[in-house]
Amino acid sequence: MTTIDHSLSVPSPRSITEPALAGKTQNMVLNMGPHHPSTHGVLRLVVELDGETVVNVAPDMGFLHTGIEKNMEYKTYQQALVMTDRTDYLAPLSNNLSYVLAVESLLQCDIPERAQTARVLLVELQRISSHLVWLGTHALDLAAMSVFLYGFREREQILDIFEMVSGARMMTSYFRVGGLAYDLPEGFFPAVKAFVDVMPARIDEYEALLTNNLIWQERTMGVGAIDSAAALQYGMTGPGLRATGVAWDIRKAMPYSGYENYTFAIPTATNGDIYDRYLVRMAEMRESVKIVAQAATRLKDMGDGPWQTADRKIAPPPKIEITQSMESLIHHFKLWTEGFKPPRGDAMVAIESPRGELATYIVSDGSPKPYRVHMRAPSFINLQALPHMAKGQLMADLVALIASLDPVLGEVDR
Amino acid sequence: MLDAYVPLLAMVGIAVFIAVFVLSVSRILGPQKATVRKLAPYESGMEPIGDAMARFPIKFNLVAMLFILFDVEVIFFFPYALVYRQLGIPGLIEMGSFVLVLLVGLTYVWKKGALTWD
Amino acid sequence: MTWLDILILLVRCLVLALASATLFAYFTLFERRLLAKFQHRIGPNRAGYIPLPGGKKLFGGWLQPAADAVKLFLKEDVVPAMADKWVYIMAPGFAVVPALIIWVAIPLGTWPDGMGGNWLHYAPIDVGVLYLLAVTSIGVYGIAIAGWASNNKYSMIGGVRASAQVISYELALGFAILAVVMQNSTFRTEEIVTSQGLIWNIIPQFLGFIIFLIASTAEVVRSPFDLVEAEQELVGGYNTEYGSMKFALFFMSEYIKLIAMNAIAVTLFLGGGNFPGIDTLVAAIKTSNGDTIAYAVQGALTLGAFLLKTTALSFLSVWVRASVPRVRYDQLMHLGWKVLLPLGLFNVVMTAVFGVLFPADSLIAKIIMCVVGVIVVVIVSATATPKHAKRGVTLVNPSAGN
Repeated sequence: MTTIDHSLSVPSPRSITEPALAGKTQNMVLNMGPHHPSTHGVLRLVVELDGETVVNVAPDMGFLHTGIEKNMEYKTYQQALVMTDRTDYLAPLSNNLSYVLAVESLLQCDIPERAQTARVLLVELQRISSHLVWLGTHALDLAAMSVFLYGFREREQILDIFEMVSGARMMTSYFRVGGLAYDLPEGFFPAVKAFVDVMPARIDEYEALLTNNLIWQERTMGVGAIDSAAALQYGMTGPGLRATGVAWDIRKAMPYSGYENYTFAIPTATNGDIYDRYLVRMAEMRESVKIVAQAATRLKDMGDGPWQTADRKIAPPPKIEITQSMESLIHHFKLWTEGFKPPRGDAMVAIESPRGELATYIVSDGSPKPYRVHMRAPSFINLQALPHMAKGQLMADLVALIASLDPVLGEVDR
Repeated sequence: MLDAYVPLLAMVGIAVFIAVFVLSVSRILGPQKATVRKLAPYESGMEPIGDAMARFPIKFNLVAMLFILFDVEVIFFFPYALVYRQLGIPGLIEMGSFVLVLLVGLTYVWKKGALTWD
Repeated sequence: MTWLDILILLVRCLVLALASATLFAYFTLFERRLLAKFQHRIGPNRAGYIPLPGGKKLFGGWLQPAADAVKLFLKEDVVPAMADKWVYIMAPGFAVVPALIIWVAIPLGTWPDGMGGNWLHYAPIDVGVLYLLAVTSIGVYGIAIAGWASNNKYSMIGGVRASAQVISYELALGFAILAVVMQNSTFRTEEIVTSQGLIWNIIPQFLGFIIFLIASTAEVVRSPFDLVEAEQELVGGYNTEYGSMKFALFFMSEYIKLIAMNAIAVTLFLGGGNFPGIDTLVAAIKTSNGDTIAYAVQGALTLGAFLLKTTALSFLSVWVRASVPRVRYDQLMHLGWKVLLPLGLFNVVMTAVFGVLFPADSLIAKIIMCVVGVIVVVIVSATATPKHAKRGVTLVNPSAGN
């Protein structure tokens, strides 16, 4: 980007409501949300309508503000991890990973290969499950209701795997600073294999329902298009950006957790409309299945081994050691009462979450609690482009557009 | 002759009775605990901006106009439908020219863009 | 007409109204169970099952409609503060009355009462077809009034959409019905049924049947043309502000109209209560058991055939709902005005030409019309649909280890 287009902006809700209340507009001004079936949570859109045509839209957020970033300043590094689950609640493991990688980069600690591979596997499963929710809700917003339930059938399988490894289906907190929370359980590989075997056929099934469905194409093709220049200027990342033709994927551009060792492709499209975003996400699911399969093979070949760092200042000693060694007991006690103290400094690590570039920025003042945590939330930043895409479309398209951006309001408001 | 319409009238009576009955029974059976918030119009949980009974774009009206035009023309077909076999070829030609006029109208409206939404 | 006659008539009408309400109630159950089957779910299966030995449950969910009704009766009856009170209260009535009175003009079967009448056809009026056309479209008043009276923007948009949608498809529907009238040269519904015999109107009027099916789906604002409610856009559309039995009346009118539309399709295109073999069977019973029993058997069988056909079309409605996304407003208008209306006109002209050139009951004409209809449907669906270049994704693959 060399030139900046100053006409691209995000209107404020007031710029629409105030003229309307003063009677200066002939158009209908409608609150869409916060309590609306298809704003994917409590997003409020102030919509100015001329009949069915959207003249202007202003997103208004903050209805789900939970103060997660601020709260993390009052928790030790391990405790703060739990809060990351709650931001993007459709992809908790991705948030875990981003946070954990940032803390690890502060600490400069080494993570065992096995933990890294398990992280990649689980994060890719998370990407699939998140995309399945996106697919289901997107189809549901266009009233193709069956796809929703088909998608949830496969998501169930993924959540079962998460439950197997962490005990929780959604708020897993499975990745910890220094590795994983527990070792991978028995029955993990068969479950993953069952999923990898069945998933490609299931994606074909969804595509059979939608990809060549005429009404689906009519509703999505050429609707809500954005070009790559505008998308970049709005800071869009993830499938929304890749649908405009920019092959930007953190997994390739700045590999983390050993992504450079896996064979996969970045799906891109050229038109940047809803249909292309749909195609890109569908192809991403297929690529993720490939990564999961590769990671599973590697993990199997590695056999048993450590799943967290050997540094006792960061990761707790095994329970059995605590009963035998005084030193381990002290480590355990110190770690869970005080926490570890990363050196002064800051770190920012970006990962490719299902929604785009998720980066966690942490400032450490040398105490066991972070001085400041900030998340670059892809949902929030992608949402900026919504008014630009929605202007001139019909009201029904607005619903499809929100779905195609796939915002998670927990992450937008944090 | 008009006897056949009596059941129809009776049915209208029964239908109105059912509607009134159902509405009043639910009025009696249901609780009545109105609050200001509950009685406010629903606009996704926000205070409504302006009145809903406002002006509406002319485009919808245009559809209604076109409908009346075409529907009246369709009505002319109905008498023809009963006797078209007796009228034979001459009737067919007459009706054909009528259809042609209708088609010209439709084409005009079509080309004017009145059937295109935006 | 004596008082007794009037009493009998009123009771019959009440039976018909309650029967259609029951039909509606069980159609909702049918739809929910069927949708569940389409979607790998179970659906409502708890209310009122019959336990069998071995833990099996029979007829699970058959009391669900009753439970829903009781629940809705006990809900609070709210009149929003800003609504136009009396119009708001009357709107559900306006919606439900036309839905209920459709049925009197549909011959549900043939059960002669021995005096030239038919127990299963309430009002054999001269202009039955016109009556059906009129009544199915005045139902939209309820929706439009509800949308306006609620003083809610979602309702307002829903109401306006409803009016525009229904009148747009009214024309195509009118043309489809007109062709049937021309085919059978009568406005009387029962004569349309009898004159179809065993070569149902769907054969000569195949094109008309397709137009009718699409236009009637739009007319009763049913998925994929349910823009009027469009939960995802308009929350609930015209019925956003309605609750308790007022909502239920809208729901009821919509479903009864859907079933009635399917029943009209059966009457006009699928031979009503006609079914191969019924006539022979009834004639045999007449000689062995006498008229009364024969008429009763005929009534039961024709009603059964009628309901069977209606159920088949209703199954189609549910299937469509489970499968396809909703169309958008401009696409709806495009389909109605630019595709179905010219097609309907074409169908009328074709029927007129064949009717004039061939004798009334010419089998050859019917077959040619069927073939032409199929060809036209195929051509139109291939050409009138917008063309989209096949799109795919480009897999950008900087090789592993980059």
